This record gives sequence, structure tokens and C-alpha cells, in this order.
Amino acid sequence: MKIGVLALQGAVAEHIRSLEAAGAEAVAVKRIEELEELDGIVIPGGESTTIGKLIRKYGFLEALKEFSKQGKPLFGTCAGLIVLANKIDGQDDAHLQLMDMVVARNAFGRQRESFETDLPIKGIEEAIRAVFIRAPLIKEVGSNVEVLSVYNDEIVAARQGHLLACSFHPELTDDYRLHAYFVDMVKEAAESITK
Amino acid sequence: METGTSRVKRGMAEMQKGGVIMDVMNAEQAKIAEAAGATAVMALERVPSDIRAAGGVARMADPTIVEQVMKVVSIPVMAKARIGHIVEARVLESMGVDYIDESEVLTPADEVFHISKNDYTVPFVCGAKDLGEALRRIQEGAAMLRTKGEPGTGNIVEAVRHLRLINGQIRKVQNLSKDELYHEAKVLGVPYELLLQVAENGKLPVVNFAAGGVATPSDAALMMELGADGVFVGSGIFKSDSPEKFARAIVEATTHYKDYKLIAEVSKNLGTPMKGIEISKLNASERMQDRGL
Repeated sequence: MKIGVLALQGAVAEHIRSLEAAGAEAVAVKRIEELEELDGIVIPGGESTTIGKLIRKYGFLEALKEFSKQGKPLFGTCAGLIVLANKIDGQDDAHLQLMDMVVARNAFGRQRESFETDLPIKGIEEAIRAVFIRAPLIKEVGSNVEVLSVYNDEIVAARQGHLLACSFHPELTDDYRLHAYFVDMVKEAAESITK
Repeated sequence: METGTSRVKRGMAEMQKGGVIMDVMNAEQAKIAEAAGATAVMALERVPSDIRAAGGVARMADPTIVEQVMKVVSIPVMAKARIGHIVEARVLESMGVDYIDESEVLTPADEVFHISKNDYTVPFVCGAKDLGEALRRIQEGAAMLRTKGEPGTGNIVEAVRHLRLINGQIRKVQNLSKDELYHEAKVLGVPYELLLQVAENGKLPVVNFAAGGVATPSDAALMMELGADGVFVGSGIFKSDSPEKFARAIVEATTHYKDYKLIAEVSKNLGTPMKGIEISKLNASERMQDRGL
């Protein structure tokens, strides 16, 4: 089983390390041809405007939608969450529009408001240390989206079938449980695709 | 809930990796930079080459410029404070600037002491030209580093020298025994614990960008090839013939720094880059890299 990390811009190496620690083979992905050999992909944190532009420039917009159509899992963290969303609050355009949710960028404020905290997540036994950096929020979700975590009454992690998204950065800590959760999603999806 | 932790400050720089941070002097340039795919902008009154040309004392930008830039872009906004200028840094922090560059490009306010950056909620980036400077800045609280290079020259040679030196020194300390490491810490003038951490991990504990002389897409790609985590472009964009094209091309060359056909493609018909200065033509007093050791 092989999981890619979209390597156009952002914290790629940290995700690769975390995925490997969670027992998966992980590779950096820079071209759409490299998607073929993957069972799942992570869209990392970075600057969503930069990643959004490069996704379009190099044909990833259509290629990742097709990837998702095959039932292969995608996991977006921070900027990656914005890239997955159907709608971005206050903007006319969105990126992949795969997950039925409305997200707000920089929802906590500027860098000085960035923080870390212990956060309970549905499906993971004890709270994980969550690092929020100029983080986005999920303002609304469709009925097909399961809310996995809430912080101060706001949604910060969610799942829609084979799609997973969180506002924070699980790749910046040594706690690999959320990556392990995603690796399990990829395993399940790979089994059902072969069937 | 905790703000301003080392993880939050260093993590912010991790999110900039593989990206290009561009110097801008007004809101209009900031918008051009954001549209071209910059991961952050550095709001300045003058780019380094103009600071060089103007001479005199270079200080923190007029807060109006910083504010206007913050208003028009959604990407992070950085700004420069003079080395050791505690108040310029506090002023920028109070304005909500996302990252402060304690920068040798400005005239130092203190020739001995750097700012004690651990005391701030806002993260800092600092320049370094060798491992000693790099680790001293980290000890003071810098959450991100960049090569000093020689700002405003459009000449990549000093940035190359600094990055090669730092990476070579890291490889060297990886092979030292414990007693040799104690001595090396003394020679470099750095805390032993920090040096040990570098020796064990084979890398700096914070992100290290290239800066000071990047003028073309190939320059940016060269620095990535040599192991930079990303690139600062100062005068190179808005002192070139066609800033929009240069900005876009440098972003693409940084992402695909090993794709030489792509770099050739994006380098076509860019017009004239900034003129540039031969380093040996600079007087000792004009060398910004010798400030803040």
C-alpha cells in the first residue's frame, strides 16, 4: 500500500515521516502521472492560495477529482482542508470541491493567535495534541459529512466516506494516531476497490 | 490552549516550505506577489538594492505600508526590524505582523545584542552565514533561518557560499565524537545541547530558506538543489523588467527545481533581470552579511 503526499508546496516531509510511522509506504508527488500507483493521498498544510494555483497549473484539479471518483482516499490538513472543500467562505471560487462543507480561511486570526491544544477526536481513544497555525474552520457541513472533532463549538475535523479533513497539523507532533486512522481508511478502500 | 509555543512558531515556517517569499513595497505589489503564488510577502519601505543605493540609516518600514499590505492579501505578511531593536519588533508584533525578520538589511540598532526572541508571541526569522550564527539565532528564539547572502546585489554567490558552508558544517558535526563536539561548541560559540541535536538529526531544528541575491528562476532552483527549504526574493522581482512574469517563473522553478525543461520554459522571454553587483566591488562597510554575528 502506497500513500502519496502532494508536494507542490508545504509541509511534505513531516507527513511522509508520520505516514511511515503509521506503517504505510509514503512518497512525495509532484506530477499527475505519479497518482496512478497510489492508494491514497495527503494534501498537506502550506499556503492554500499557492497550492491552489499550482494544482491548476499542473493538471491536478481534474486528476485528483478522478482519483477521488475511483474511491481512493484523500486527507487534507489545514490548507489541504481548504483545497478539498466545496465552498470557501467569502470567495466565489473553490478548488477540488470534493467535500460537502463550507470553510473559512484564517478563521482564528493572524499568526499571533495560532495555538496548540489537546483535542478529542471521534474514533481515537484519547485526545491528541493539535497544532493550529493560521488555521481554517469548517463553518457548515452537509448531511453526508460526519463531524469528528469540535473546538469551541466550531468544527475542526470531519469525514465524508473516503475523504478526511482537519484544520490542524497532526504531522507536526510525534502522535501518529490520526495518520494511522487515515492509513486504515486507505486499507479499507484498497480492499473494496479490488473486490 | 497555548499560543506562541516553539512548535507553533516553527510550524508556521514549516508551512512555507517549497515556497517563495517576496519583498513588496506597497499594496499593489503585494497583490501581484499573491497572484503569482507567493507563500508570504515581506512588507518594506525599500527593497535592499534601493537601500544600498540610498545609503544612510535603514529602519523599520512606515507602519502604514505594513498595514496596507496586510489589508489586501490573505497570505502571511512579514516585516523587518533592525537587529537588536526591541521596540520596532514590539511595534510590528502589536500590529499583528505574522513573522518578523530581524534583519541585517536594515542598519543594526545594537552591535552586541540580538533581540531575545523567545519572549515574543510572534515568530522571528534571522539571517545566518555559518552554523555558529544559525545556532546562536535559534538559541535566542529564531523559529526560522535564512542565508544572509549579500542582499540587494542580485548576485547569488554569497547565498551559495552560506548554504554550502552551513550544510557542510552540519555534515562535519555528524561525525564528531562527544569530546570533539564539546570543543566544536566552544569554537562555534554555541550551546552544546543545540549542537548535539544537530549532530544527531543531521539537520537544523528549524526551516532554513535561501536569501540574499536570488534574481532568476534558475537561482531559486539552484538554492533548492543545494538544500534550501524555500526562497526569499528581495529586489529580484520588483527590480526586474516584468515583475509578474518573474514572480510566477520563480514560484514554478522553486516547486519543480529538478525539472530543467520546465525551468527553461518559464525562463523564456522574461526580459532583463535586476542589474546586479559584483561582490568584490563592495566596500567592507557595504557588506550587509557582516552585520549581526
